[in-house]
Amino acid sequence: MEAGQTSVPMKIVVFILFLFLLAPVLLVIPISFSGEQILTFPPASWSFRWYVALTQNSAMISAFWTSLLLGTIVTVLSLLAAIPAAYVIVRMRTKGSEFLYNLFTAPLLLPTIVLGLAILIVFASAGFLGSFWGLVIGHLVITLPYALRVLATTLGNISLACEEAASTLGGRPFTVFRRVTLPMMAPGIVAATALCFLVSFDEVVITLFLTGPRLTTLPVELFHHVESRADPLVASVSVLLILLTLAVVMVVDRSVGLSKTFVK
Amino acid sequence: MSTAAAAHPPYSMPRVTLGRAGTATLLLLPIALVNAMGFIVPVLNLLRMSFYEALAGGGIRETFTLASWSGLFRDAFYVDLIVNSIVVSLSITFATLLVSYPIALYLHRSSGRWRTFLTVLVISPLLTSAVVRTYGWIALLADQGPIVGSIAALGFTPPRLMFNTTGVVIGLTEILMPYMILSLLAGFGRLDPRVEEAAMTLGARPSQTFWRVILPLTVPGIALGCLLCFVLAVSSFITPKLLGGGRVFLLATEIYDQAIVTLNWPLAATLSMLVLIIFGAALAVYARVLRVIE
Repeated sequence: MEAGQTSVPMKIVVFILFLFLLAPVLLVIPISFSGEQILTFPPASWSFRWYVALTQNSAMISAFWTSLLLGTIVTVLSLLAAIPAAYVIVRMRTKGSEFLYNLFTAPLLLPTIVLGLAILIVFASAGFLGSFWGLVIGHLVITLPYALRVLATTLGNISLACEEAASTLGGRPFTVFRRVTLPMMAPGIVAATALCFLVSFDEVVITLFLTGPRLTTLPVELFHHVESRADPLVASVSVLLILLTLAVVMVVDRSVGLSKTFVK
Repeated sequence: MSTAAAAHPPYSMPRVTLGRAGTATLLLLPIALVNAMGFIVPVLNLLRMSFYEALAGGGIRETFTLASWSGLFRDAFYVDLIVNSIVVSLSITFATLLVSYPIALYLHRSSGRWRTFLTVLVISPLLTSAVVRTYGWIALLADQGPIVGSIAALGFTPPRLMFNTTGVVIGLTEILMPYMILSLLAGFGRLDPRVEEAAMTLGARPSQTFWRVILPLTVPGIALGCLLCFVLAVSSFITPKLLGGGRVFLLATEIYDQAIVTLNWPLAATLSMLVLIIFGAALAVYARVLRVIE
C-alpha cells in the first residue's frame, strides 16, 4: 500500500459514513411523494397528495410568507447596520476596534437556547412578544454578527490603494466610499446577503421563544407540526425548502463563486 | 489610525462637521443598539434573574436569593439531569468523532474536483434545517421504520430507537458531523503524506502508521472538533425535543420547559447560566489539551 492512499475496505467505510450523513436529507424526497396517511418509509403507495395538502394548509402558507418577509427585512437591516460598522472597525482603526468587533460578534458564542430565553424575559416586560418587530430584533441579534464578520473580512482584504488614489484626487470621504469602496465590497455583500437571509429563514430556537399564537415562522410551524403528529406533509415542505436553499446558493455561485464566498 | 489617514491627513480627514469620532459613533450606533437591546441587557438580566425568587404560578420576587442555585444541587432530578446531559453529550461527541474521522481523512487525501464535490456534500446538510433532518431521522428510526424492520427481519428482538436517549444520540451524531469534519480538516494541516511514507518505508504496518504517526499529528483537529461538538450537543434543543419525545430530559429541553410550560424563569435562568459554566469548563479542558500537546 502506498502512503496517503486509501485502501478499498476504507473506501467502503467512507461511502457508508457519507450515506449516514446524507440519509435524513435524501429521505424526505421520496417521503414527500408518499400516498400514505401517516409517515412511513418506504411508502406503500405514491402520490402528490401531500403537495396538494400543502396548498390547502393556510397556517403553513401564512408562516411561509411571514418567514419570507422577516428574512428580507432582517437581511436589508443587517446590511444597513453592518456595512458602516465594518467600515468603521476596519478603515477607521483605533485601539477599541478589536474590542468592538469582539463585542458585536459575541452573540454567536452563546447557545441560541440561552440567548432566546434571555431575549424572551426582556421582551416580555417590554411587550415585544408575538410582535413582528420583536422577531426582527431577535433575528438581527444573530444575523448582524455573521454580516459583520463577512464584511469586515472582505474589507480587510481590499487594498487601500484605490481609496487612497481617489481621495488624493479630491474625492470626499463619502464619495470615495460610495464610488470606490462599496463596489469593491460587492462579493462580500452578496455573501452577507445570502448568509443573513438563510440564517433568518432557518432560525428556530430564538424564534420559538418570541412567536405568539397569531404569528409564527415556517421553521417554528414545522417544529410544532413534527412535535404533534407524524405525517408526510413536513416532507413536502422540506423538499420545497431544499429547492429554495439551492436557488439561493446557485444565485451566489453565479454572481461571485461559491468557493470565494464560503471558503476563505 | 489607518496608514492612509496617517500618510495623507488633509485628504482622508472626514470633512463633515461631526469630526472623526462623531462620524464613527454615528455609523456604529445601529449595530450597538441591537447589540445592547438583544444581547448585553438580556444576558445581564438573565444572570440577575437566576438570583430572583420564583413564586407559585409564575410570579417572581425581585430579591437576592441562592434558592434556584442550591435547589439544583439538592434535587436529585436536577443532579441526574445535569450528569445525564454531560454524559449524553460526551457520548455524542465521541460517536461523532468516530464517524467523522474517516471522512475527514479521505477528504484530506483527495484533490481537485472530487474534493470540491465531497466538501459540498459535507456542507450541504448544514444548509438544511435541523427540524427537517430530525424529521428524516424520525422516519428512519420509527417503530415501523426501515431500520427497526430490518433488525426484526433478521430475527432479533427489535430495539426501540426513538423517544429515548439512543434516538437522540443517533440523530445528534449525524447533525453534528459536518462541524466535526470541517474542524478535523482545519487541524489536519500538519499531516504530510511524506511523513506517512517515511513511516512505511521504515517498515511500519498500516495500523502502526495510523496509531503512531497519523493520529498524534491530528490531535489539534480532534481537540477542536470535540470542543465544538460537545458545546453544540450540550446546548442543542430541537433534536432532543423531537427525537426524545418528551421522555429524554436534557439541559436545553429543561430550560425551554421551565421557561414556557412551568413559567419558572429564575430556574430557567439558573440552568442557562449552568450551560455557560459547562461551556467555560469545556474551553478550559481544550486549552489544557492544547498546552499539553504543544
